[in-house]
Amino acid sequence: MAMASSQVRISIGSRYEHIDLIQVVVDDALARLGLDEDSRHWVGIAVREAVANAIKHGNQQDPEKEVEVELAIEGDDAIIRVEDRGKGFDVEEVANPLSPERILAPNGRGIFYMRSFMDEINYSPRPGGGTVVTLRKRIAEEA
Amino acid sequence: MKIEARHEHGVTILEPKGKITIGVGDVALREAVHEALEAGARNILINLGGVTTIDSSGIGELVSAFTTVTNRGGKLKLYNLPSKVEDILQITQLWQVFEIFEKEQEALDSFG
Repeated sequence: MAMASSQVRISIGSRYEHIDLIQVVVDDALARLGLDEDSRHWVGIAVREAVANAIKHGNQQDPEKEVEVELAIEGDDAIIRVEDRGKGFDVEEVANPLSPERILAPNGRGIFYMRSFMDEINYSPRPGGGTVVTLRKRIAEEA
Repeated sequence: MKIEARHEHGVTILEPKGKITIGVGDVALREAVHEALEAGARNILINLGGVTTIDSSGIGELVSAFTTVTNRGGKLKLYNLPSKVEDILQITQLWQVFEIFEKEQEALDSFG
């Protein structure tokens, strides 16, 4: 784990049991930045989803493939980037989990969770292969 | 994640405690529901009061359990939801799918 003035970077092998560690570290960093407990809970859930997707769909649970998580501050926002080493995917092809035919589906709600709990999420290809999901959350209170 | 099971008036009550999340809690919930069904349970009530976090896999597991129990002619209902679990069910619009109660007794009475 490397830590700069406003940045935390963690690299994990693709195992679900590491997700708790990521959540704890992100929660601690956001608490230091003054984000309230409720907001930290929902950001934590969104980060869990991003990391779970990177492990499951990106790296196909290959423990040798790393997932990198970076927390940085940009202006009034906390930015969390989650990178995998997978083949990439088109986020536009992900079905709406609220549609009547998907409401009882056992999966497919991860991105919806992230969109619900963060101010903004963005997917982009990772240079060299893989996917980067960027989660943005406003930290500073509205004036 | 720890799930205790008990029986009241012909209803199997499952009480998960901790996180229902990918790779651990979701599997434990699946196994607990499976064991209850294998033991002959028809109606299942899940006390979510001890759940601290539920991710999309955990929600998926609840939906799977609901579908499995319903397809077997039984009923699966929820009660004692922490506010954050309640929020998730609202956001995912599953609030309208599950029968949800505040108290155990009213949930038990609903099975008739």
